[in-house]
Amino acid sequence: MILIINVCKEKLHYYEFVKPIEDILKKNKIAFFTKHYTEIKESDLKKANKAIICGTSLKDFDYNKHLGKFSWIKNFNKPILGICAGMQLMQIADELDRQVKELDIKSDLNLIVKKKTEIGYYFENFKKEFLSLKGKHEVYHLHNNYIPTSKNFEQFNDGKIPQAIKHKTKPIYGVLFHPEVRNKKLIEEFCEVVKFYN
Amino acid sequence: MKLGVLFSGGKDSTFATWIAKREGYEISCLISIASENKESYMFHTPSIDKTKKQAKAMNIPLIFKKTKGKKEDELKDLKSAIKKAKEKYKIEGVVTGAVESVYQASRIQKICNELNLECFNPLWQKNQFELLEDLLKNKFEIILVGVFAFPLDEKWLGKKIDKKFIEEMKKLNEKYKINPAGEGGEFETFVLNCPLFEKKLTVKNWKDFGEGNSWRREVEVE
Repeated sequence: MILIINVCKEKLHYYEFVKPIEDILKKNKIAFFTKHYTEIKESDLKKANKAIICGTSLKDFDYNKHLGKFSWIKNFNKPILGICAGMQLMQIADELDRQVKELDIKSDLNLIVKKKTEIGYYFENFKKEFLSLKGKHEVYHLHNNYIPTSKNFEQFNDGKIPQAIKHKTKPIYGVLFHPEVRNKKLIEEFCEVVKFYN
Repeated sequence: MKLGVLFSGGKDSTFATWIAKREGYEISCLISIASENKESYMFHTPSIDKTKKQAKAMNIPLIFKKTKGKKEDELKDLKSAIKKAKEKYKIEGVVTGAVESVYQASRIQKICNELNLECFNPLWQKNQFELLEDLLKNKFEIILVGVFAFPLDEKWLGKKIDKKFIEEMKKLNEKYKINPAGEGGEFETFVLNCPLFEKKLTVKNWKDFGEGNSWRREVEVE
């Protein structure tokens, strides 16, 4: 059972950033359940064998005020795919060497998050196979920020801005681009191929 | 949150308006761009001036702006219309009916980002047949006002989107790869009635223009 996590502040953004992921899983007959990040309970984390943290809109950074809600990431120990904001959140949760606390994060975030706006299709070169993508692929970007690859993660694409990363010891994957647009195979690969630890 | 909708009068922008309203958002205005360039990749053109009648039927103010439709200038005109909506109606976000077109969606995302507005695409990546079925379930009355791909021709103008239409589209999709919701620009639509309308519109007259597999219909509605 895959836990899909909605990080959108606005209800209307569910249709744009969460439903397309649900539709890919439905089409592939993969069982899932969806929760907003503010409503995740211990029982949800036990029930899930994988998690996908979805992205949100260019102007939505509300989740940064509630980083404590993501502290479970560090001890989840099951495969996670973070998409755009989801990728940044899992990096923040992994990187901070203390449990993040709500409203106590601004100075740390300013050190970690870099500004870069990219909107639309861009070609990215995947130097090593990343969840079915290898070589040059066109991907859909929709972000104002990124987080540089840190020591715990390996970057799979060429270039300064990490578009695809994997944790060096855990099955935690992140993409800054939106694979639900044009690269649905990446999500299917994560759901069907990635095992508990690989 | 107050929202403005990029409104063409077709099924997608009208359905996006309906979803936003259903989810509790305030639709403060509609924004229509009338392009003189009938080949515009950015804007729907057939019967575009009838968005005035649709806006009236929905009792929502309309910002109607004309553009010559030159590639970069039409984006400037779109930006100035959205800016006007922000100033006049205090909108905090823009809704679009984009489904698949990254060309359109990314340009609107950029404009909203520059104007510090949220951008909402509630139909984004939606399955095309699911979209057509949802329109029928929600009692949208829609006709075709443009066809632009083989084997569609002038006989398709005025056709209603109903169960029979969906079945025909399934066949055309299998045989000719016609996108069933017209997302590839194969056809354009006009909404005559939906749950947002206080009064149903009726086609009183029309004129057809075109040749071969490229036709558009200008309707008169009351």
